[in-house]
Amino acid sequence: MKQFIIFVKKEFYHIFRDRKSLLIIFLMPIVQIILFGFALTNEIKNSNIAVLDNSKDEATVKIIQRLDASRYFEVNTYLHSQADIENIFKSGKVRMVVVFPPNFYQSLLHSNKAQIQLLADASDPNTATTITQYATNIINDYQQELNGQTNIPYQIQPQLRMLYNPQLKGTYNFVPGVMTMILVLIAAMMTSVAIVREKEINTMEVILVSPLKPLLFIVSKAIPYIFLSLVNLITILIVSVSILDVPVNGNLFLLMAESLLFIITSVSLGLMISNFTKTQQEAQMFSLMSLLLPTLLLGGFMFPIESMPWPLQAVSNIVPSKWFYLIVKDVMIKGLGFSQVWKESLVLVAMSLVLLFISFKKFKTRLA
Amino acid sequence: MMIAITVKNIVKTYGTKKETITALDDISFEVNGGELFGIIGPDGAGKTSLFRILTTLLLPKGGTASVDGFDVVKDYKQVRNRVGYMPGRFSLYQDLSVEENLEFFATIFNTSIQENYNLIKEIYVQIEPFKKRRAGKLSGGMKQKLALCCALIHKPSVLFLDEPTTGVDAVSRKEFWDMLQNLKKQGITILVSTPYMDEAALCDRVALIQLGKIMSIDTPQEIVKSFKGQLWAIRSTKMYALLKDLKQYEGTISCNSFGEFHHLLLKDDANEKELLTYLNQQQHTGIELKKTAPVIEDCFMQLMNKN
Repeated sequence: MKQFIIFVKKEFYHIFRDRKSLLIIFLMPIVQIILFGFALTNEIKNSNIAVLDNSKDEATVKIIQRLDASRYFEVNTYLHSQADIENIFKSGKVRMVVVFPPNFYQSLLHSNKAQIQLLADASDPNTATTITQYATNIINDYQQELNGQTNIPYQIQPQLRMLYNPQLKGTYNFVPGVMTMILVLIAAMMTSVAIVREKEINTMEVILVSPLKPLLFIVSKAIPYIFLSLVNLITILIVSVSILDVPVNGNLFLLMAESLLFIITSVSLGLMISNFTKTQQEAQMFSLMSLLLPTLLLGGFMFPIESMPWPLQAVSNIVPSKWFYLIVKDVMIKGLGFSQVWKESLVLVAMSLVLLFISFKKFKTRLA
Repeated sequence: MMIAITVKNIVKTYGTKKETITALDDISFEVNGGELFGIIGPDGAGKTSLFRILTTLLLPKGGTASVDGFDVVKDYKQVRNRVGYMPGRFSLYQDLSVEENLEFFATIFNTSIQENYNLIKEIYVQIEPFKKRRAGKLSGGMKQKLALCCALIHKPSVLFLDEPTTGVDAVSRKEFWDMLQNLKKQGITILVSTPYMDEAALCDRVALIQLGKIMSIDTPQEIVKSFKGQLWAIRSTKMYALLKDLKQYEGTISCNSFGEFHHLLLKDDANEKELLTYLNQQQHTGIELKKTAPVIEDCFMQLMNKN
């Protein structure tokens, strides 16, 4: 027990005396989550649009007002002729032009039918799709209101509801993603580097020639980084709740427990990596290549796994991050309970056990 | 007297099937309990490989070895419980203070600084004024003292010191050897390796090792005695040219530079008068030639040339 305590203490000395790494460990999560949350978001806010209103009646004015009032659009130009449309697109000032035909409100009242033309700049197809979607929603809203007033029977209106994330906020997607990425990086990379450092500075030789048991060595190497990762987890949660307005909808303790499980999986990965790398640089590079890239590409939060070809889908199953990302999304965003995530949790438990077993078996009690 | 270390026909090779390097080639020797035994040889002679096999860090390719009666392969756990090891490369935590390093190593060896303080006291008092200083900021000599304290703190019965004085200044080297003499008095068996031949004289017995082979094992005195022939010390005003000319002289067996003199061994039929005539012909001035007693280095050179 004494051996264990002094070893953990020593490990913390290493961490706290290396100011640069310390700064990276604690600032990286905050910087990344804010970066992903604000700057690199894929939602579209305040798009500039232009309006060509050939009708100028009660309805068009209201629709224009609604578009302008929403946080997605900024009506900044009023066009006067059809010819202006092409010019304004070419100038790149707007992303969408809304065209109302003459006698818009009239035809809506008398023939119950009116048309609006939404012209979007589809050189960026994703943005174009998204903003026309937004605009359609706003116009539908207005239409519903009109219907409510005039009470025309038998009209089937599709009702769209965006569950769990009604405002379609990108941050809802990124918080679990960044959480996954940071935990796997900190836990796995730091653990592997910490063990390999002992080899590199030669202290491993003396530690091996001591009565210290390999299991104790491994556990006491892992504990400090599990603890650090938990601190990071709390930081991420605080930042996401307070700055990014992403709430923890599910049970906080369940979320913490699942995160602890994932941290243990990541630390086991780090132990594995430390088994077959010899220098700190090697360990770092290997962690980056084998953890960061799969997490980013196959973790599911950058690119949806369902749309990948099946070999990649199959490979994604062995990426622990994928499972943890599913858990966090379910628990944190959807607010689901353990009964909904036990399968994913079981996968992580199994992965940890296998990794721990391998790294313990492969632990070298000698130098070569 | 009990035998502390037994090495029998140890072979160690490195590399793949295509290209193997033999680091230790059929080495055998014994070290008695309480002995200060030196492994003397240049870099690459196989000293570190031998130490790593004896400290259970490497497996030998062939042969057996035991420390304190325990086999280094089969009973490696028992061996680890009773040896102290100071590897060649500085292996303390640079970012931990002197005190923290010592406490750490004491604890992982299941002991405490207080328990065995008397053992390290003499050494530790010298570095105690700097106990709050980080190990990375210590001088080379102090680092070695701290490393020795860390290797000693659990009162090992056999102490392995792999080139403890390499890269340490002359004064600290002397101090270090004084410390080893004191440790020997406490009954600890010490196996020490060094590339410095002058340190061999400070050991009880030495093994001269070269290219993975032991050339001679004996007390330093006996090794010196076994030197064959009369050794001369010679110098002149132009030392480099002198060395070259002496090596070309037909009566020369060997000539090596040795401090301010060259050590020269002549063939039996050669004599000093003829040598001086030869050197005068070569325009050497200020020649000083005298008989000298051989030291370990001369013996090493002689053994090396013989093989």
